[in-house]
Amino acid sequence: MATATAQPSTTVLHKHIDYVSPVRQYTMGAVMVALGLLTWWLFARTAEPGILTKFGLTPGGSTVKVPDLIFPTQTVLYVLAGLQVLLGSIQLIRRGGFRDRTNLVLFLVATMFVVAFLAWGAAGKSLNVGGLLKTTLTASVPLTLGALSGILCERAGVINIAIEGMMLAGAFSGAFIGSLSGNLWIGMAAGVATGVLMGVIHAFLSIKYKTNQIISGTVINILATGLTSYFAAKFLQTHREWNDPGVFQPIHIPFLTKIPLIGPIIFDSNIYIYAMFAFLFLLQFALFYTRWGLRHRSVGEHPRAADTLGINVIRTRWIAVLLGSAMAGFAGSYFTLGSVGSFNEMMTAGRGFIALAAMLFGNYMPFGAFGAGLLFGFFDSLASKLAILGIQIPSQFLLMLPYVITIIVIAGVVGRTTPPAAVGVPYEKEGG
Amino acid sequence: MSVENDTPEIPSAQGSPPDKPVNGSKKDAGQILIEEFTPDRSAQPRRKRIFQTILVPFLAILTGLIIGGVFIVLTSEEFYTALQVSLWEGIKTAFSIVATTYGAWFNGAFGDWANLAAFFETGDKAYLVKFFYPFTEGLVTSIPYIFGGLSVALAFRAGMFNIGAEGQIFLGAIFAAYIGYAITGIPAILHIPLAFLAGALGGFLWGFIPGFLKARTGAHEVITTIMLNYIAFRLSDWLLNGPMQRPGSANPVSPSIMASAELPRFFDDPIRFHGGFILALAAAYLVYWFLWKTKWGFDFRAVGSNPHAARYAGMKVATVMTLSMALAGALAGMGGANEVMGINHNLASAFSSGYGFDSIAIALLGSNHPLGVVLAALLFGFMRSGATTMMVTTGIPIDIVSILQALILAFVAAPGIIRAIYRLKQPVSAEGITLAGSWGGK
Amino acid sequence: MATVLELRGITKRFPGVLANDAIDLTLEQGEIHALLGENGAGKTTLMNILYGLYQQDSGEIFVKGQPVTVHSSRDAIAAGVGMVHQHFMLVTVFTVTENVMLGDEDVHPGGVLNRKEAAAKIRHISEQFNLDVDPDAYVKDLPVGVQQRVEIIKLLYREADILILDEPSAVLTPQEIEGLFKIMRSLVERGKSIIFITHKLKEVLEIADRITVIRRGKVIGSTTPAEADQSQLAEMMVGRAVQLEVEKDACRPGKCVLQVENLVVLDDRQHVMVDDVSFEVVEGEVLGIAGVQGNGQTELVEALTGLRPPFEGKIRIDDQDVTRSSPRQITEQGVAHVPEDRQMDGLVLPFPVADNLMLNTYYLAPFTKGVVLQNNKILENANRLIQEFDIRTPGPMTNAGSLSGGNQQKVIVAREFSRPIKLLIASQPTRGLDVGSIEYIHGRIIEKRDQGTAILLVSTELDEIMALSDRIAVMFRGKIIDILPAEAATKEKVGLLMAGVIDVAA
Repeated sequence: MATATAQPSTTVLHKHIDYVSPVRQYTMGAVMVALGLLTWWLFARTAEPGILTKFGLTPGGSTVKVPDLIFPTQTVLYVLAGLQVLLGSIQLIRRGGFRDRTNLVLFLVATMFVVAFLAWGAAGKSLNVGGLLKTTLTASVPLTLGALSGILCERAGVINIAIEGMMLAGAFSGAFIGSLSGNLWIGMAAGVATGVLMGVIHAFLSIKYKTNQIISGTVINILATGLTSYFAAKFLQTHREWNDPGVFQPIHIPFLTKIPLIGPIIFDSNIYIYAMFAFLFLLQFALFYTRWGLRHRSVGEHPRAADTLGINVIRTRWIAVLLGSAMAGFAGSYFTLGSVGSFNEMMTAGRGFIALAAMLFGNYMPFGAFGAGLLFGFFDSLASKLAILGIQIPSQFLLMLPYVITIIVIAGVVGRTTPPAAVGVPYEKEGG
Repeated sequence: MSVENDTPEIPSAQGSPPDKPVNGSKKDAGQILIEEFTPDRSAQPRRKRIFQTILVPFLAILTGLIIGGVFIVLTSEEFYTALQVSLWEGIKTAFSIVATTYGAWFNGAFGDWANLAAFFETGDKAYLVKFFYPFTEGLVTSIPYIFGGLSVALAFRAGMFNIGAEGQIFLGAIFAAYIGYAITGIPAILHIPLAFLAGALGGFLWGFIPGFLKARTGAHEVITTIMLNYIAFRLSDWLLNGPMQRPGSANPVSPSIMASAELPRFFDDPIRFHGGFILALAAAYLVYWFLWKTKWGFDFRAVGSNPHAARYAGMKVATVMTLSMALAGALAGMGGANEVMGINHNLASAFSSGYGFDSIAIALLGSNHPLGVVLAALLFGFMRSGATTMMVTTGIPIDIVSILQALILAFVAAPGIIRAIYRLKQPVSAEGITLAGSWGGK
Repeated sequence: MATVLELRGITKRFPGVLANDAIDLTLEQGEIHALLGENGAGKTTLMNILYGLYQQDSGEIFVKGQPVTVHSSRDAIAAGVGMVHQHFMLVTVFTVTENVMLGDEDVHPGGVLNRKEAAAKIRHISEQFNLDVDPDAYVKDLPVGVQQRVEIIKLLYREADILILDEPSAVLTPQEIEGLFKIMRSLVERGKSIIFITHKLKEVLEIADRITVIRRGKVIGSTTPAEADQSQLAEMMVGRAVQLEVEKDACRPGKCVLQVENLVVLDDRQHVMVDDVSFEVVEGEVLGIAGVQGNGQTELVEALTGLRPPFEGKIRIDDQDVTRSSPRQITEQGVAHVPEDRQMDGLVLPFPVADNLMLNTYYLAPFTKGVVLQNNKILENANRLIQEFDIRTPGPMTNAGSLSGGNQQKVIVAREFSRPIKLLIASQPTRGLDVGSIEYIHGRIIEKRDQGTAILLVSTELDEIMALSDRIAVMFRGKIIDILPAEAATKEKVGLLMAGVIDVAA
């Protein structure tokens, strides 16, 4: 159970005990086996033998045809259930289970469960998996962009729970200014600017006046709700034409759209999806390979150390919050200009908080957040597919999943988040 | 051995010689209350301390109202029309807009004196009811705010940030509604406490989860409570479209609760003032007594101020964290039960609108003290109830309330701004609460 | 020799305290100038002004004859001033290279980091000054001594000529301190000048070229090691004759109170911080636990006081097994605990002194009746203890946070010593205190010993351990590698043990 290996610690070199809590090992194993048994009990057992499932791999409207995936439902379900139980048993029996890879294996088993669920739900029917993936990607856009906003702020040590409010404000002014100007790009710029304006308040309260950053975020969330509802009630209800900006049209990228499956999913989208990918690569690179990123992160980890090396902590944090809020404003404008085409007061519907969750789930890494955004987006789009498949599972439970998963992750049951060391702590220069 | 120690050290802030020991004489309750409400316990005179404590919230409200007024003027078309005539005309219009808006708001909150005058002239009781109706509505609107504010304040005192009052209110409402309509044929004297406590239990459970997770795994309660808010929302959505849907209804609404589960109203319709208000005040007193008079309250406050020292002193920090969130949840749950049992008499979807966030503002405005919370909740309640009348008469959207609340919260949370505006001096630090820090697991 | 740095009339006032009062100081090229003063004398404040972290209220700074204004550390770095802070300024999740280059990065066009170039420079500096640091290692994986060398590399990388070392020896073993001194000498040989801040007299005499003593924010005088001895310096530092030794009678050991058997304690990251430790403490003796910070002392004390459940092993107090007892159960066994970090663990700073004086007995009579707190009893208790322990406070209702460090410690001592106890566990009881308070606390500890209390003293200050202990246990990497009777323990021997050297031919 306890093997000792030499591993250094912060201060003095101490032995490290590589100790896997048996509780954790067995719980994980039991969960995997349970999922496998559920696959068998719920799906494999009830599926009629001889029925086929068809997974369509060509998103609607695409010209590139990919052959559909057709397989005998019950056989595949039994195989999946068997695999899940097998992996679970290994976790239970082997000393220490899968150790460091336990989370990965759990993810695999959970994925198999979802696939089994889809195969069972589409038994004797056809499910357009390609379309599902495309709506997943679309649904992940505001989540990922919002999470990037959070990463920008929190990597520099400022908590941002105001993503929701910033998005809402950005969505409103995107629609409003976009309609008034008749130009979508001006609308988008207005959305970004509004986000920045909210960011100014956040930075002013939390950096200058050292207000608790969660309270400061709450202020913005209340304020954004109040302002957008106020303006919507005062202007948009009487002037419908002020709430009709139109939407950005998809941009087809020649040749790339011809790639099977991926082409139509990614390269036939509007500007927001391309922007999301651009920001993803840009931020990942900037954070870890540039001078800006090094300073940005140092301020979030150990602001006083950064200060002693001549880095202006206050200014770095201001820039971080302004960039982050610009990103959230941009994400907000997606709702009106990239998706719906008009503003309503409930349109963000808590996605700012799911974005926060995606940031945490992705462990403050841009691509991690994207992965989490995709996962949460998947539940979102699956929820709307359920009715089509005629599956008797309340969509509300699927919509709950992002929140439940986040709680599980935050609690460290699965995976672990390591926030920047100084996040949430206002910087005091003179500690007299 | 030398006992002398006259070397001043940094950060010694006290230059004054030690006071004569104060005798442990009995003080009257009011005096003690003031001492606790005004956390700066240095040697300042009492009157000055009360003044110090009330000053910032008062100025925060005032400043909020001023900025709100400017905002209303700037978004009024009449103002710009008048401005085209002349600057003076514009200023006059601006003041008249503010005067009518705030006047209508005030009348909407506290009643129109014209109605009282009409009652004395005509003797028609309908006028009297009309006069008192807004005031009682203000009280009724305050009730969930009192519960919510107490919930956040109690958690704050134990060092926990309860951003989940919203979800806990939902759960309280769900539980209370279920007990309210599912149990039949028992007298009100049993049914009311049963339903009310069921509501408290619902909130308790919803508060217990984040408290327990924080204590056991270090999961930050801000994240978990936000997540639980949405889970509660989805849960109620499902329940009201499924198991709890009123038979024969297409809308997401529960059956009406039994008359025996309704909180008693003290006046005839339309005045809805009900027993929930008394329960809210009782809850406020209980929270006060618990926090400052009992050894458990000492645990809570010590954990809230310094969890490390509390652990060192043998307190069960994990238990306090869990319990404080659970009790906070119970208080919020009572707020939800109150709405179902006192006002709506059923549960409809999305019945709670932002109580959770408002509760944070109330707790902070009230210095996390039950007395302050009650006062702040009354303010918010009257603001909210008066705004309806204001919207009807002046056309200013009711959402101005949220804007004002955000402003007030900002000023209370960043007193530095208020001090900068009004050029006030820095006070001696108050009883602190350690909050936030990092997210994530331990 | 040329004067590289001159401070003239530096004055800095904090609310209620004059931290620096018209301080003059000069530093010559190639010298090690020791700035000596006790805790709270204003040394660090002065250096923080020089380094731009604080602004002086009045006074001037000259570097190489030129007046400079230092508004931020950037200005200080530009003037060639570098500082190693008492608490290291290292981002532990960054590599050595990242830490060193931060703020003065080598970049490719477009602001892309050139880590290779920076790492090469670091390797070069490391070889030149014999620092032996791997640029690619993560700081969190480095021992304290190496982390300190990373801090020195940070200064050399920026080509600083004036180096300020703030209490650099506090975290090192005597042998590591020797190594540090070697590095310091090689630095001045290559033309650097060093200000060495400390309160340790012996080190000053060993390494400094010149010594300036500061007391209560004022310069008391300057001298050289040749002209001064320890007691002279101590008197200058404190302002009166100081008893360097603690007077105490011979130990009268009684029956065994604390018995620890094969104790293993892990930290949160499952490192074995206490490794198979066994010892006993008997009535009327002080067992001192010596060791460099971070060798498991903290975790040992946490385990003994119930704050951290041990992984394996047994703890008995008065023959009762308390291995898995809660802090409260252990307190009720008659154990007093003076915690290592008084502000973090020992006190609730925003609470009044009166509440802090009953922090771990509040739930018992007479402070609580039923569940209700008895305010007048709490006040009575506070007034009695404030008098008995001479706590300087405006009143019992003053927040503990507004007291001075010495008086805060007295609040803890008053609370812990005033109830009937069998065992006292004192961890770093005098850390950061002035000499007056240190003498007072030492006196109280010896008084308790003479009354027959068993005392476990944990300290990283070797002088404190030598002065108070009847037996000395040395911890190294989680193990107690030896327990010596006080008579047999010399500073050299204990120092070697602290560094893990067991085979001493002494």
